[in-house]
Amino acid sequence: MDLPIFLVQCLNAVQYGLLLFLVASGLTLIFGIMGVINLAHGSFYMIGAYLAFVLAPYFGEWYLTKLLVGVALSAVFGFVLEWLFFSFLYQREHLQQVLMTYALILVFEEARSLLVGNDVHGVVTPEWLAGGFQLGGLMSYPWYRVFASVACVLIALGLYFVVNRTRLGMMIRAGASNRDMARGLGLDIKLLYRIVFAGGVALAALAGMIAAPLSSVYPGMGGSVLIICFVVVVIGGIGSITGALIASLLVGFVDTFGKVFFAEYSGVGVYLLMAVVLVWRPEGLMKRAY
Amino acid sequence: MLKQQGWIVPVVGALALLALPAVLTPYTQELVVKIAIYAVFALSLELLVGVTGLVSLGHAAFLGIGAYVTVLAAGDSGGSIPRVAALAVLAAAAYGVFVGALSLRTKGVYFIMVTLAFAQMAYFVFHDTKIAGGSDGLFLYAKPSLGALNLDDKQHLYFTVMVTLIATYALLALLMRSRFGHALAGIRVNEQRMRAAGFATFGYKLAAFVIAAALAGLAGFLLAVKDGAVNPELLSWHESGAVLLMLILGGIGSLRGAVIGAIAFTLLKELFQLDALLGPLAAHWQLTLGFTIIGFVALLPKGLIGLRARLAGVGARAGAQHG
Amino acid sequence: MAELLRATSLTRRFGGLTAVDGVSLALHVGEVHAVIGTNGAGKSTLINMLSGELPASSGRIELEGTDIGAWSQPRRARAGVGRSYQRTTIFPAFSVLENCRLSAQAAQPRAWALWQSAQRCAHSTEAARQALDAAGLADHAARPAGLLSHGGQRQLEIAMCLATKPRVLLLDEPLAGMGAEETGRMLALLAELKRSHAVLLVEHDMDAVFRIADRITVMVNGAVIASDLPERIRSNPEVQVAYLGEAH
Repeated sequence: MDLPIFLVQCLNAVQYGLLLFLVASGLTLIFGIMGVINLAHGSFYMIGAYLAFVLAPYFGEWYLTKLLVGVALSAVFGFVLEWLFFSFLYQREHLQQVLMTYALILVFEEARSLLVGNDVHGVVTPEWLAGGFQLGGLMSYPWYRVFASVACVLIALGLYFVVNRTRLGMMIRAGASNRDMARGLGLDIKLLYRIVFAGGVALAALAGMIAAPLSSVYPGMGGSVLIICFVVVVIGGIGSITGALIASLLVGFVDTFGKVFFAEYSGVGVYLLMAVVLVWRPEGLMKRAY
Repeated sequence: MLKQQGWIVPVVGALALLALPAVLTPYTQELVVKIAIYAVFALSLELLVGVTGLVSLGHAAFLGIGAYVTVLAAGDSGGSIPRVAALAVLAAAAYGVFVGALSLRTKGVYFIMVTLAFAQMAYFVFHDTKIAGGSDGLFLYAKPSLGALNLDDKQHLYFTVMVTLIATYALLALLMRSRFGHALAGIRVNEQRMRAAGFATFGYKLAAFVIAAALAGLAGFLLAVKDGAVNPELLSWHESGAVLLMLILGGIGSLRGAVIGAIAFTLLKELFQLDALLGPLAAHWQLTLGFTIIGFVALLPKGLIGLRARLAGVGARAGAQHG
Repeated sequence: MAELLRATSLTRRFGGLTAVDGVSLALHVGEVHAVIGTNGAGKSTLINMLSGELPASSGRIELEGTDIGAWSQPRRARAGVGRSYQRTTIFPAFSVLENCRLSAQAAQPRAWALWQSAQRCAHSTEAARQALDAAGLADHAARPAGLLSHGGQRQLEIAMCLATKPRVLLLDEPLAGMGAEETGRMLALLAELKRSHAVLLVEHDMDAVFRIADRITVMVNGAVIASDLPERIRSNPEVQVAYLGEAH
């Protein structure tokens, strides 16, 4: 493998990992803070992607605006969904959460089928992000992928800032470590959970919107991303955003280079990585075993 | 614990099952066979979820492996039933050892996610690689036989499946009343306490996991023989979710619940796809199913068995006993 | 009085926090060794290290001379280190007898004998009956454990520990939430048990501790500040300041 190809694959790996991180961070936040396992999280990614497709004609070249509108819509959707559905799941045992959220997937899939159909769609990259730059000789790396990576990095930084440097973030961390105490201190836990949930949904949907031009928009996309996200969360440790980042990048590299070197069996690579982590550190890489 | 009336219903049920072909149409008979196979599958998961308290979201992997190995082992001539079934069961059990040994290092939500992931891994092996026909799956050209018993014959298949169901039920009932089964129940309620008493709980959980995998592999063998074909969707997480649904529909914590759940789920699926009943909604039966599940889990968390108990006025304690 | 369990310089760190700091103690047959201290003094962590639930950051634990520091909890339990918990860990849905029988089953070697019904297992049922007799719960054998009174459940907690035929008893606040009469009964049980077992008692009830203990170790902020006979502990000025003064 010569250098340009290697570089391209590295960039692809990072870009894939970063997108995964957006989705996984939402999942790990929701689980870490509210204790809910949400199988439907992948559906939010799918909803984001389909949203990008549906909104495209209205926004044309105004790509960033479209993303913002999409995020806003997803956040509202998440807010309402938490209020109407998820808030009832917090007290239930894991099996019930699994089944309820699994049922939600079915509902989302069918709703999408009814509203937009089952076809595979493409979303066009905006003009100002089209094309690519030369990477030595014959290879050109698409600008859109660079945009995707940069966008993810900015969002990751934003997330870090919010969680570690703002009052909201402080409340989130307090709520995560001791729910009852936080409530006792006067934090409106219900509202906090609603905000966190909306945030998680928005992150996943945004990832879907950004990914839409890259991977096309198809019915099964929620399922595949969900399971990979689970792997990321297991490797990184539940509740740890840093862990999710490291794990996402690891998964990105294993998956991308796996496809290059192992073709047929590449799908298995990520799970073998998870197996190795389970043998070595079952509680996840960033969960410190006391 | 088998109370006096505890085994009358299953025995009567078993006898009824064996006598049924006399009154069934070919279509209904095939439906009954399908339900019975899924009942074996559900029973295998009950050992994990209901008895030991381990919620696995990847149980379909063992069903699928059993099914695929059946087709691969039957080859062109069909092979002998004991040999093909044994290979299917052993293959499923072997994967069960691998998945169990790794996933049992985790607990709770992690365990759910890890079992799902390992099932997905198996799915990819069958879907992406050339081992087994890729996304199209494989055909079973000749069905296994043993002397005069030929699984190509619908009657023979019916009885084989019913006998397997009855034997599985009996085996699990025996297991539940044994020391091993009681230990599993203790682990479900409070694993810490069991460890404090001196039980090496990992070994017990792994044993339960592998037995459950083996039984699911057996169900896979039956499924492959019945359908004459296998495809990777057998290992999909939709299948894993479906079998969990069967358990909660019937009621977790009893063997009867697993069987009832398999019956209820299969019938509901058929029902929701009937144009006559639901008109245009029939094509979108997953929507109906989704709402039904939500309503069910919200209102009847103890399943259909819990409903009967509630109607009979017995308190919540009924759900805690095994029957 | 044979020495059964010895802990030497046990330390446990959680990141930057040292929960247990160089604690040493020894448990002898015929002796109730009480460990007292304010909340957060490290008593629970100490008992968790002795029982095997928590690995020690440093230090040694010996059972009759054998280093058991690397042994898992089940292995220590089978070797004779039994423990009861502060929060009741009985199996509420099972009968009182079954609770003890299941505990006793751990010592049974043939777990794989599927054809044998657990109820008919003579070995574990006998061990359970003996444990229930010792704990005074024989009359309640058939009741679902969840229906026992709080005191009864605490007694069952001890009985389950006894059913495994331990030689060392690590008791974590067995008197929690008990009234005067129940406490009296429990103390009488402990007095009876100490004759053939080595007993470690973590407790908050000071009156009970001074009634039953043969030796008292006082912990403050993870470290031992005194370990002596009860009378000397009572008059120890450091202890009075650090602990007894605050509690009363």
